[in-house]
Amino acid sequence: MMMRRLWITLTYIVVSLLLLLPLYKIFTGAWADGLSGFMDALLRAQSLHALKMTALIVIIVTVINTLFGVMLSIYLVRATWLSPLVKRLSNSIVDLPFAVSPVIGGLMIVLLLGPNTVLGTMLGNVGVSIVYALPGMVLATLFVTFPIMVREVMPVLQEIGDQQEQAASTLGAYSWYTFWKVTWPNIRFAVMYGVVLTVARSLGEFGAVLVVSGNIINKTQTATTLVYQDVENFNVVAANGIALVLAAFSIMLLLLMEWTKKRKEVH
Amino acid sequence: MNSLFRSQKWSYSFRTIVFIYFIGLIIIPIIGIYTQSFSSGITSFIDNLSDPLAWKAVLLTLKLAAIATLINTAIGTMIGWVLVRYEFPGKRMINSVIDLPFALPTAVAGFIILLLVGPSSLFYEWFGIDVVFHEPAIVLAMVFVTFPFVIRGLQPLLEELDKSEEEAAYTLGSSKSRTFFRIILPTMLPGILSGAMLAFSRAIAEFGAVVLISGNIPGKTLVASVYIFGEIESNNPQGAAAVSVLLLTISFLILWFIHKLNRGGQA
Repeated sequence: MMMRRLWITLTYIVVSLLLLLPLYKIFTGAWADGLSGFMDALLRAQSLHALKMTALIVIIVTVINTLFGVMLSIYLVRATWLSPLVKRLSNSIVDLPFAVSPVIGGLMIVLLLGPNTVLGTMLGNVGVSIVYALPGMVLATLFVTFPIMVREVMPVLQEIGDQQEQAASTLGAYSWYTFWKVTWPNIRFAVMYGVVLTVARSLGEFGAVLVVSGNIINKTQTATTLVYQDVENFNVVAANGIALVLAAFSIMLLLLMEWTKKRKEVH
Repeated sequence: MNSLFRSQKWSYSFRTIVFIYFIGLIIIPIIGIYTQSFSSGITSFIDNLSDPLAWKAVLLTLKLAAIATLINTAIGTMIGWVLVRYEFPGKRMINSVIDLPFALPTAVAGFIILLLVGPSSLFYEWFGIDVVFHEPAIVLAMVFVTFPFVIRGLQPLLEELDKSEEEAAYTLGSSKSRTFFRIILPTMLPGILSGAMLAFSRAIAEFGAVVLISGNIPGKTLVASVYIFGEIESNNPQGAAAVSVLLLTISFLILWFIHKLNRGGQA
Protein backbone atom coordinates (compact mmCIF):
# COMPACT_ATOMS: atom_id res chain seq x y z
CA MET A 1 0.00 0.00 0.00
CA MET A 2 2.85 2.35 0.87
CA MET A 3 4.67 1.49 -2.33
CA ARG A 4 1.56 2.03 -4.32
CA ARG A 5 1.01 5.51 -2.96
CA LEU A 6 4.65 6.33 -3.61
CA TRP A 7 4.47 5.24 -7.25
CA ILE A 8 1.29 7.18 -7.91
CA THR A 9 2.76 10.31 -6.32
CA LEU A 10 5.94 9.95 -8.36
CA THR A 11 3.90 9.57 -11.53
CA TYR A 12 2.03 12.74 -10.73
CA ILE A 13 5.27 14.60 -10.09
CA VAL A 14 6.93 13.45 -13.32
CA VAL A 15 3.87 14.15 -15.46
CA SER A 16 3.37 17.57 -13.88
CA LEU A 17 6.97 18.66 -14.26
CA LEU A 18 7.57 17.21 -17.69
CA LEU A 19 4.22 17.72 -19.41
CA LEU A 20 1.82 19.98 -17.51
CA LEU A 21 4.31 22.67 -16.49
CA PRO A 22 5.46 23.24 -20.11
CA LEU A 23 1.84 23.50 -21.21
CA TYR A 24 1.12 26.01 -18.47
CA LYS A 25 4.20 28.02 -19.44
CA ILE A 26 3.26 28.26 -23.07
CA PHE A 27 -0.28 29.36 -22.25
CA THR A 28 0.80 32.06 -19.82
CA GLY A 29 3.96 33.25 -21.56
CA ALA A 30 2.15 34.44 -24.67
CA TRP A 31 0.31 37.05 -22.60
CA ALA A 32 3.48 38.52 -21.07
CA ASP A 33 2.91 41.73 -23.05
CA GLY A 34 -0.85 41.58 -22.69
CA LEU A 35 -3.38 40.77 -25.35
CA SER A 36 -2.01 43.43 -27.69
CA GLY A 37 1.47 41.89 -27.58
CA PHE A 38 0.01 38.53 -28.51
CA MET A 39 -2.11 39.97 -31.30
CA ASP A 40 0.79 42.00 -32.67
CA ALA A 41 2.94 38.90 -32.81
CA LEU A 42 0.21 36.96 -34.53
CA LEU A 43 -0.89 39.61 -37.01
CA ARG A 44 2.56 40.35 -38.39
CA ALA A 45 2.66 39.78 -42.13
CA GLN A 46 5.20 37.00 -41.75
CA SER A 47 3.13 35.25 -39.06
CA LEU A 48 0.02 35.17 -41.21
CA HIS A 49 2.02 33.99 -44.18
CA ALA A 50 3.79 31.31 -42.16
CA LEU A 51 0.51 30.00 -40.74
CA LYS A 52 -0.95 29.91 -44.23
CA MET A 53 2.03 27.93 -45.52
CA THR A 54 1.72 25.46 -42.67
CA ALA A 55 -2.00 25.01 -43.29
CA LEU A 56 -1.38 24.46 -46.99
CA ILE A 57 1.33 21.85 -46.36
CA VAL A 58 -0.76 20.05 -43.75
CA ILE A 59 -3.73 19.76 -46.09
CA ILE A 60 -1.79 18.63 -49.17
CA VAL A 61 0.34 16.15 -47.23
CA THR A 62 -2.57 14.66 -45.29
CA VAL A 63 -4.67 14.12 -48.40
CA ILE A 64 -1.87 12.53 -50.42
CA ASN A 65 -0.49 10.32 -47.67
CA THR A 66 -3.94 9.17 -46.59
CA LEU A 67 -4.81 8.05 -50.12
CA PHE A 68 -1.49 6.38 -50.84
CA GLY A 69 -1.10 5.03 -47.33
CA VAL A 70 -4.47 3.28 -47.34
CA MET A 71 -3.91 1.86 -50.82
CA LEU A 72 -0.42 0.63 -50.04
CA SER A 73 -1.69 -1.00 -46.84
CA ILE A 74 -4.39 -2.83 -48.76
CA TYR A 75 -1.87 -4.02 -51.33
CA LEU A 76 0.65 -5.12 -48.72
CA VAL A 77 -1.95 -7.12 -46.79
CA ARG A 78 -4.30 -8.38 -49.49
CA ALA A 79 -2.64 -8.39 -52.89
CA THR A 80 -2.21 -11.83 -54.40
CA TRP A 81 -0.08 -10.40 -57.19
CA LEU A 82 2.80 -9.58 -54.83
CA SER A 83 5.17 -12.28 -53.66
CA PRO A 84 5.46 -12.68 -49.89
CA LEU A 85 9.09 -11.62 -50.10
CA VAL A 86 8.22 -8.30 -51.77
CA LYS A 87 5.49 -7.76 -49.19
CA ARG A 88 7.79 -8.40 -46.27
CA LEU A 89 10.53 -6.24 -47.73
CA SER A 90 8.18 -3.35 -48.47
CA ASN A 91 6.72 -3.70 -45.01
CA SER A 92 10.14 -3.09 -43.51
CA ILE A 93 10.98 -0.27 -45.91
CA VAL A 94 7.80 1.60 -44.97
CA ASP A 95 9.22 2.19 -41.50
CA LEU A 96 12.51 3.68 -42.68
CA PRO A 97 11.43 7.35 -42.51
CA PHE A 98 10.79 6.86 -38.79
CA ALA A 99 14.49 6.14 -38.39
CA VAL A 100 15.66 9.05 -40.51
CA SER A 101 16.44 12.33 -38.78
CA PRO A 102 14.24 15.06 -40.28
CA VAL A 103 17.35 17.05 -41.17
CA ILE A 104 18.63 14.08 -43.13
CA GLY A 105 15.24 13.74 -44.82
CA GLY A 106 15.57 17.33 -45.97
CA LEU A 107 19.16 16.78 -47.05
CA MET A 108 18.09 13.84 -49.24
CA ILE A 109 15.73 16.07 -51.16
CA VAL A 110 18.35 18.82 -51.54
CA LEU A 111 20.85 16.23 -52.79
CA LEU A 112 18.41 14.78 -55.33
CA LEU A 113 16.54 17.85 -56.51
CA GLY A 114 18.58 20.86 -55.35
CA PRO A 115 19.63 23.62 -57.75
CA ASN A 116 23.06 22.04 -58.31
CA THR A 117 21.77 18.61 -59.31
CA VAL A 118 20.97 17.19 -62.73
CA LEU A 119 17.28 16.77 -61.97
CA GLY A 120 17.08 20.15 -60.27
CA THR A 121 18.64 21.96 -63.24
CA MET A 122 16.35 20.16 -65.67
CA LEU A 123 13.27 21.12 -63.67
CA GLY A 124 14.65 24.64 -63.23
CA ASN A 125 14.91 25.05 -66.99
CA VAL A 126 11.23 24.23 -67.30
CA GLY A 127 10.54 26.79 -64.59
CA VAL A 128 9.76 24.39 -61.77
CA SER A 129 11.65 24.91 -58.53
CA ILE A 130 11.42 22.22 -55.88
CA VAL A 131 14.00 23.16 -53.30
CA TYR A 132 13.50 26.51 -51.55
CA ALA A 133 9.87 26.38 -52.69
CA LEU A 134 6.58 24.80 -51.68
CA PRO A 135 6.94 21.53 -53.64
CA GLY A 136 10.14 20.65 -51.81
CA MET A 137 8.57 21.41 -48.46
CA VAL A 138 5.58 19.23 -49.28
CA LEU A 139 7.89 16.47 -50.47
CA ALA A 140 9.94 16.62 -47.28
CA THR A 141 6.82 16.43 -45.13
CA LEU A 142 5.40 13.59 -47.23
CA PHE A 143 8.60 11.63 -46.66
CA VAL A 144 8.58 12.18 -42.91
CA THR A 145 4.90 11.30 -42.42
CA PHE A 146 4.55 8.43 -44.87
CA PRO A 147 4.78 5.49 -42.44
CA ILE A 148 2.09 6.78 -40.07
CA MET A 149 -1.02 5.82 -42.06
CA VAL A 150 0.37 2.46 -43.18
CA ARG A 151 1.27 1.54 -39.59
CA GLU A 152 -2.25 2.34 -38.41
CA VAL A 153 -4.19 0.64 -41.19
CA MET A 154 -2.17 -2.52 -41.84
CA PRO A 155 -2.70 -4.18 -38.44
CA VAL A 156 -6.47 -3.63 -38.67
CA LEU A 157 -6.61 -5.15 -42.14
CA GLN A 158 -4.62 -8.12 -40.92
CA GLU A 159 -6.87 -8.55 -37.93
CA ILE A 160 -10.23 -8.42 -39.71
CA GLY A 161 -9.11 -10.96 -42.31
CA ASP A 162 -10.54 -11.13 -45.81
CA GLN A 163 -13.52 -13.46 -45.27
CA GLN A 164 -16.13 -10.71 -45.43
CA GLU A 165 -14.50 -9.17 -48.47
CA GLN A 166 -14.37 -12.51 -50.25
CA ALA A 167 -17.98 -13.16 -49.45
CA ALA A 168 -18.88 -9.81 -50.92
CA SER A 169 -16.99 -10.45 -54.13
CA THR A 170 -18.38 -13.97 -54.45
CA LEU A 171 -21.82 -12.47 -54.21
CA GLY A 172 -20.87 -10.34 -57.18
CA ALA A 173 -19.93 -7.03 -55.62
CA TYR A 174 -17.36 -5.04 -57.54
CA SER A 175 -14.06 -4.34 -55.86
CA TRP A 176 -14.75 -0.63 -55.40
CA TYR A 177 -18.14 -1.43 -53.91
CA THR A 178 -16.63 -4.09 -51.67
CA PHE A 179 -14.15 -1.54 -50.42
CA TRP A 180 -16.80 1.01 -49.44
CA LYS A 181 -19.33 -1.41 -48.03
CA VAL A 182 -17.11 -3.97 -46.36
CA THR A 183 -13.53 -2.82 -45.87
CA TRP A 184 -14.03 0.87 -45.15
CA PRO A 185 -16.41 0.49 -42.17
CA ASN A 186 -13.80 -1.71 -40.52
CA ILE A 187 -10.80 0.50 -41.09
CA ARG A 188 -12.36 3.96 -40.87
CA PHE A 189 -11.36 4.69 -37.28
CA ALA A 190 -7.83 3.48 -37.90
CA VAL A 191 -7.71 5.79 -40.94
CA MET A 192 -9.06 8.63 -38.85
CA TYR A 193 -6.45 8.02 -36.19
CA GLY A 194 -3.81 7.98 -38.90
CA VAL A 195 -5.13 11.26 -40.28
CA VAL A 196 -4.91 12.93 -36.86
CA LEU A 197 -1.35 11.68 -36.35
CA THR A 198 -0.36 12.78 -39.87
CA VAL A 199 -1.82 16.24 -39.28
CA ALA A 200 0.03 16.52 -35.97
CA ARG A 201 3.31 15.43 -37.47
CA SER A 202 3.11 17.64 -40.55
CA LEU A 203 1.98 20.61 -38.48
CA GLY A 204 5.03 20.23 -36.29
CA GLU A 205 7.57 19.24 -38.92
CA PHE A 206 10.60 21.44 -38.54
CA GLY A 207 13.99 19.96 -39.41
CA ALA A 208 13.19 18.65 -42.87
CA VAL A 209 11.26 21.76 -43.82
CA LEU A 210 13.96 24.08 -42.49
CA VAL A 211 16.61 22.42 -44.68
CA VAL A 212 14.48 22.29 -47.80
CA SER A 213 12.79 25.68 -47.52
CA GLY A 214 15.76 27.90 -46.76
CA ASN A 215 13.38 29.62 -44.30
CA ILE A 216 12.74 32.67 -46.48
CA ILE A 217 10.43 35.21 -44.77
CA ASN A 218 7.06 35.67 -46.46
CA LYS A 219 7.96 33.00 -48.99
CA THR A 220 8.85 29.60 -47.60
CA GLN A 221 8.61 30.21 -43.88
CA THR A 222 6.27 27.93 -41.91
CA ALA A 223 4.91 28.38 -38.40
CA THR A 224 7.59 26.19 -36.81
CA THR A 225 10.48 27.76 -38.70
CA LEU A 226 9.13 31.18 -37.75
CA VAL A 227 9.24 30.22 -34.06
CA TYR A 228 12.86 29.22 -34.62
CA GLN A 229 13.69 32.50 -36.30
CA ASP A 230 11.95 34.59 -33.66
CA VAL A 231 13.92 32.82 -30.93
CA GLU A 232 17.17 33.33 -32.83
CA ASN A 233 16.29 37.03 -33.07
CA PHE A 234 15.53 37.15 -29.31
CA ASN A 235 11.93 38.06 -30.07
CA VAL A 236 10.58 35.83 -27.32
CA VAL A 237 7.07 37.26 -27.05
CA ALA A 238 6.48 36.87 -30.78
CA ALA A 239 7.81 33.32 -30.70
CA ASN A 240 5.49 32.60 -27.80
CA GLY A 241 2.47 33.85 -29.75
CA ILE A 242 3.06 31.45 -32.64
CA ALA A 243 4.05 28.66 -30.26
CA LEU A 244 0.76 29.13 -28.43
CA VAL A 245 -1.24 28.78 -31.63
CA LEU A 246 0.69 25.61 -32.50
CA ALA A 247 0.28 24.24 -28.98
CA ALA A 248 -3.46 24.92 -29.03
CA PHE A 249 -3.73 22.91 -32.24
CA SER A 250 -1.65 20.12 -30.74
CA ILE A 251 -3.98 19.88 -27.77
CA MET A 252 -7.00 19.76 -30.03
CA LEU A 253 -5.32 16.96 -31.96
CA LEU A 254 -4.48 15.20 -28.71
CA LEU A 255 -8.15 15.26 -27.71
CA LEU A 256 -9.11 13.96 -31.15
CA MET A 257 -6.52 11.21 -30.77
CA GLU A 258 -8.13 10.16 -27.48
CA TRP A 259 -11.56 10.17 -29.04
CA THR A 260 -10.65 8.14 -32.13
CA LYS A 261 -8.52 5.74 -30.12
CA LYS A 262 -11.56 4.84 -28.05
CA ARG A 263 -13.66 4.36 -31.20
CA LYS A 264 -10.92 2.25 -32.70
CA GLU A 265 -10.97 -0.11 -29.75
CA VAL A 266 -14.73 -0.60 -29.87
CA HIS A 267 -14.47 -2.20 -33.30
CA MET B 1 -19.02 4.83 -61.29
CA ASN B 2 -18.83 1.16 -60.49
CA SER B 3 -18.47 0.06 -64.05
CA LEU B 4 -15.70 2.60 -64.39
CA PHE B 5 -13.66 1.03 -61.64
CA ARG B 6 -14.44 -2.49 -62.69
CA SER B 7 -12.01 -2.50 -65.55
CA GLN B 8 -8.68 -4.20 -65.03
CA LYS B 9 -6.85 -1.23 -66.51
CA TRP B 10 -7.84 0.93 -63.58
CA SER B 11 -6.64 -1.57 -61.12
CA TYR B 12 -3.26 -1.93 -62.88
CA SER B 13 -2.72 1.80 -63.11
CA PHE B 14 -3.58 2.25 -59.42
CA ARG B 15 -1.03 -0.38 -58.48
CA THR B 16 1.62 1.22 -60.64
CA ILE B 17 1.02 4.71 -59.29
CA VAL B 18 1.09 3.57 -55.67
CA PHE B 19 4.34 1.68 -56.10
CA ILE B 20 6.00 4.45 -58.09
CA TYR B 21 5.06 6.82 -55.28
CA PHE B 22 6.42 4.44 -52.67
CA ILE B 23 9.70 3.88 -54.51
CA GLY B 24 10.13 7.51 -55.49
CA LEU B 25 9.36 8.94 -52.08
CA ILE B 26 11.14 6.48 -49.80
CA ILE B 27 13.59 4.24 -51.59
CA ILE B 28 15.25 6.58 -54.09
CA PRO B 29 16.11 9.33 -51.56
CA ILE B 30 17.71 6.79 -49.23
CA ILE B 31 19.73 5.19 -52.01
CA GLY B 32 20.56 8.71 -53.17
CA ILE B 33 22.15 9.78 -49.91
CA TYR B 34 24.27 6.63 -49.68
CA THR B 35 25.56 7.00 -53.25
CA GLN B 36 26.15 10.74 -52.78
CA SER B 37 28.31 10.29 -49.74
CA PHE B 38 30.51 7.76 -51.56
CA SER B 39 30.46 9.63 -54.87
CA SER B 40 33.93 11.14 -54.42
CA GLY B 41 35.39 7.87 -53.31
CA ILE B 42 35.75 6.09 -50.03
CA THR B 43 38.72 8.17 -48.90
CA SER B 44 36.79 11.43 -49.02
CA PHE B 45 33.97 9.71 -47.12
CA ILE B 46 36.42 8.74 -44.39
CA ASP B 47 37.98 12.21 -44.49
CA ASN B 48 34.58 13.75 -43.93
CA LEU B 49 33.90 11.46 -41.02
CA SER B 50 37.28 11.84 -39.40
CA ASP B 51 36.83 15.56 -39.06
CA PRO B 52 37.21 15.81 -35.27
CA LEU B 53 34.14 18.02 -34.95
CA ALA B 54 32.04 15.46 -36.81
CA TRP B 55 33.31 12.65 -34.60
CA LYS B 56 32.72 14.59 -31.43
CA ALA B 57 29.20 15.49 -32.55
CA VAL B 58 28.35 11.86 -33.25
CA LEU B 59 29.83 10.60 -29.97
CA LEU B 60 28.11 13.33 -27.98
CA THR B 61 24.79 12.46 -29.61
CA LEU B 62 25.15 8.77 -28.82
CA LYS B 63 26.15 9.49 -25.23
CA LEU B 64 23.32 11.94 -24.51
CA ALA B 65 20.74 9.80 -26.31
CA ALA B 66 21.82 6.83 -24.19
CA ILE B 67 21.38 8.85 -20.99
CA ALA B 68 17.97 10.12 -22.12
CA THR B 69 16.92 6.58 -23.00
CA LEU B 70 17.97 5.27 -19.58
CA ILE B 71 15.98 8.00 -17.85
CA ASN B 72 12.94 7.32 -20.00
CA THR B 73 13.22 3.59 -19.46
CA ALA B 74 13.10 4.11 -15.71
CA ILE B 75 10.29 6.65 -15.52
CA GLY B 76 8.45 5.08 -18.48
CA THR B 77 8.38 1.68 -16.80
CA MET B 78 7.11 3.24 -13.60
CA ILE B 79 4.38 5.27 -15.28
CA GLY B 80 3.32 2.41 -17.55
CA TRP B 81 3.01 0.20 -14.48
CA VAL B 82 1.05 2.78 -12.48
CA LEU B 83 -1.33 3.49 -15.36
CA VAL B 84 -2.18 -0.18 -15.91
CA ARG B 85 -2.10 -1.55 -12.38
CA TYR B 86 -3.54 1.16 -10.18
CA GLU B 87 -6.81 3.06 -10.04
CA PHE B 88 -6.52 6.62 -8.81
CA PRO B 89 -8.15 10.00 -9.44
CA GLY B 90 -6.86 11.75 -12.55
CA LYS B 91 -5.68 8.54 -14.18
CA ARG B 92 -7.53 9.11 -17.43
CA MET B 93 -6.25 12.66 -17.69
CA ILE B 94 -2.67 11.51 -17.21
CA ASN B 95 -3.12 8.74 -19.73
CA SER B 96 -4.28 11.22 -22.38
CA VAL B 97 -1.60 13.76 -21.70
CA ILE B 98 1.20 11.19 -22.12
CA ASP B 99 1.07 11.57 -25.91
CA LEU B 100 1.58 15.32 -25.75
CA PRO B 101 5.21 15.16 -26.94
CA PHE B 102 4.03 13.36 -30.09
CA ALA B 103 1.45 16.06 -30.80
CA LEU B 104 3.53 19.11 -29.91
CA PRO B 105 5.87 20.48 -32.60
CA THR B 106 9.46 19.80 -31.53
CA ALA B 107 10.48 23.40 -32.16
CA VAL B 108 7.81 24.46 -29.70
CA ALA B 109 9.12 21.89 -27.21
CA GLY B 110 12.60 23.35 -27.51
CA PHE B 111 11.24 26.84 -27.09
CA ILE B 112 9.34 25.89 -23.92
CA ILE B 113 12.44 24.33 -22.40
CA LEU B 114 14.25 27.57 -23.16
CA LEU B 115 11.52 29.49 -21.33
CA LEU B 116 11.43 27.11 -18.37
CA VAL B 117 15.11 26.70 -17.58
CA GLY B 118 16.79 29.33 -19.77
CA PRO B 119 18.77 32.37 -18.62
CA SER B 120 15.68 34.52 -17.91
CA SER B 121 13.63 31.81 -16.20
CA LEU B 122 12.53 31.49 -12.58
CA PHE B 123 14.43 28.22 -12.41
CA TYR B 124 17.66 30.03 -13.19
CA GLU B 125 16.90 32.77 -10.68
CA TRP B 126 16.19 30.27 -7.92
CA PHE B 127 18.90 27.71 -8.46
CA GLY B 128 21.44 29.57 -10.55
CA ILE B 129 22.31 26.42 -12.50
CA ASP B 130 23.26 26.83 -16.13
CA VAL B 131 21.25 24.18 -17.90
CA VAL B 132 20.55 25.71 -21.26
CA PHE B 133 23.47 25.65 -23.70
CA HIS B 134 24.92 22.73 -21.72
CA GLU B 135 24.53 18.98 -21.97
CA PRO B 136 21.67 18.63 -19.42
CA ALA B 137 19.40 20.76 -21.60
CA ILE B 138 19.98 18.45 -24.55
CA VAL B 139 19.18 15.42 -22.40
CA LEU B 140 16.05 17.18 -21.15
CA ALA B 141 14.92 17.89 -24.71
CA MET B 142 15.55 14.28 -25.71
CA VAL B 143 13.69 12.97 -22.65
CA PHE B 144 10.70 15.17 -23.45
CA VAL B 145 10.49 14.28 -27.11
CA THR B 146 10.84 10.51 -26.57
CA PHE B 147 8.80 10.36 -23.37
CA PRO B 148 5.79 8.31 -24.64
CA PHE B 149 7.71 5.46 -26.30
CA VAL B 150 8.47 3.20 -23.33
CA ILE B 151 5.05 3.79 -21.73
CA ARG B 152 3.19 3.03 -24.93
CA GLY B 153 5.35 -0.01 -25.60
CA LEU B 154 4.77 -1.39 -22.14
CA GLN B 155 1.05 -0.76 -21.60
CA PRO B 156 -0.44 -3.34 -24.01
CA LEU B 157 1.84 -6.08 -22.66
CA LEU B 158 0.92 -5.34 -19.06
CA GLU B 159 -2.77 -5.26 -19.91
CA GLU B 160 -2.51 -8.69 -21.51
CA LEU B 161 -0.57 -10.19 -18.64
CA ASP B 162 -2.60 -13.06 -17.30
CA LYS B 163 -3.49 -12.30 -13.69
CA SER B 164 -3.93 -15.98 -12.94
CA GLU B 165 -0.26 -16.68 -13.59
CA GLU B 166 0.64 -14.09 -11.03
CA GLU B 167 -1.91 -15.37 -8.54
CA ALA B 168 -0.71 -18.91 -9.05
CA ALA B 169 2.79 -17.80 -8.17
CA TYR B 170 1.55 -16.17 -4.97
CA THR B 171 -0.56 -19.20 -4.05
CA LEU B 172 2.43 -21.44 -4.48
CA GLY B 173 4.18 -19.34 -1.87
CA SER B 174 6.30 -17.18 -4.10
CA SER B 175 7.32 -13.86 -2.59
CA LYS B 176 6.32 -10.53 -4.07
CA SER B 177 9.73 -9.73 -5.47
CA ARG B 178 10.22 -13.26 -6.78
CA THR B 179 6.90 -13.10 -8.61
CA PHE B 180 7.87 -9.75 -10.03
CA PHE B 181 11.21 -10.91 -11.36
CA ARG B 182 10.07 -14.34 -12.59
CA ILE B 183 6.59 -13.61 -13.96
CA ILE B 184 5.97 -9.91 -14.46
CA LEU B 185 9.33 -8.61 -15.61
CA PRO B 186 9.77 -11.17 -18.41
CA THR B 187 6.36 -10.15 -19.77
CA MET B 188 7.26 -6.48 -19.63
CA LEU B 189 10.75 -6.75 -21.02
CA PRO B 190 10.03 -6.88 -24.79
CA GLY B 191 7.82 -3.79 -24.51
CA ILE B 192 10.37 -1.89 -22.46
CA LEU B 193 13.16 -2.90 -24.80
CA SER B 194 11.44 -1.98 -28.04
CA GLY B 195 10.14 1.24 -26.51
CA ALA B 196 13.62 2.13 -25.31
CA MET B 197 15.16 1.42 -28.71
CA LEU B 198 12.57 3.52 -30.50
CA ALA B 199 13.27 6.28 -28.00
CA PHE B 200 17.01 5.96 -28.60
CA SER B 201 16.72 6.12 -32.38
CA ARG B 202 14.38 9.09 -32.08
CA ALA B 203 16.75 10.81 -29.66
CA ILE B 204 19.79 10.53 -31.91
CA ALA B 205 17.72 11.95 -34.76
CA GLU B 206 16.18 14.82 -32.80
CA PHE B 207 16.79 18.27 -34.19
CA GLY B 208 14.00 20.77 -33.51
CA ALA B 209 13.94 20.57 -29.74
CA VAL B 210 17.72 20.47 -29.48
CA VAL B 211 18.82 23.19 -31.88
CA LEU B 212 17.22 25.98 -29.86
CA ILE B 213 18.66 25.06 -26.48
CA SER B 214 22.01 23.40 -27.04
CA GLY B 215 23.92 26.54 -27.95
CA ASN B 216 25.56 24.42 -30.68
CA ILE B 217 29.13 24.96 -29.55
CA PRO B 218 31.30 22.82 -31.86
CA GLY B 219 33.01 20.02 -30.01
CA LYS B 220 31.02 20.70 -26.84
CA THR B 221 27.26 20.87 -27.30
CA LEU B 222 26.94 20.35 -31.05
CA VAL B 223 24.90 17.20 -31.70
CA ALA B 224 25.01 15.25 -34.94
CA SER B 225 21.76 16.48 -36.46
CA VAL B 226 22.72 20.10 -35.82
CA TYR B 227 26.19 19.41 -37.23
CA ILE B 228 24.56 18.08 -40.40
CA PHE B 229 22.38 21.17 -40.60
CA GLY B 230 25.42 23.40 -40.22
CA GLU B 231 27.28 21.58 -42.98
CA ILE B 232 24.31 21.99 -45.31
CA GLU B 233 24.12 25.69 -44.48
CA SER B 234 27.83 26.18 -45.11
CA ASN B 235 27.50 24.45 -48.44
CA ASN B 236 29.24 21.19 -47.67
CA PRO B 237 26.63 18.60 -48.63
CA GLN B 238 29.33 15.91 -48.90
CA GLY B 239 30.30 16.30 -45.26
CA ALA B 240 26.65 16.42 -44.25
CA ALA B 241 25.93 13.27 -46.24
CA ALA B 242 28.83 11.37 -44.68
CA VAL B 243 27.64 11.98 -41.12
CA SER B 244 24.06 11.33 -42.23
CA VAL B 245 25.01 7.94 -43.60
CA LEU B 246 26.64 7.01 -40.30
CA LEU B 247 23.56 8.08 -38.30
CA LEU B 248 21.19 6.41 -40.75
CA THR B 249 23.06 3.14 -40.58
CA ILE B 250 22.85 3.15 -36.78
CA SER B 251 19.13 3.93 -36.88
CA PHE B 252 18.41 1.28 -39.51
CA LEU B 253 20.22 -1.33 -37.43
CA ILE B 254 18.11 -0.38 -34.41
CA LEU B 255 14.94 -0.56 -36.47
CA TRP B 256 15.91 -3.95 -37.82
CA PHE B 257 16.56 -5.16 -34.30
CA ILE B 258 13.14 -3.95 -33.12
CA HIS B 259 11.51 -5.79 -36.02
CA LYS B 260 13.32 -8.96 -35.00
CA LEU B 261 12.37 -8.45 -31.38
CA ASN B 262 8.70 -7.98 -32.23
CA ARG B 263 8.60 -11.01 -34.46
CA GLY B 264 10.28 -13.06 -31.74
CA GLY B 265 7.63 -11.87 -29.30
CA GLN B 266 4.82 -13.07 -31.52
CA ALA B 267 6.21 -16.51 -32.21
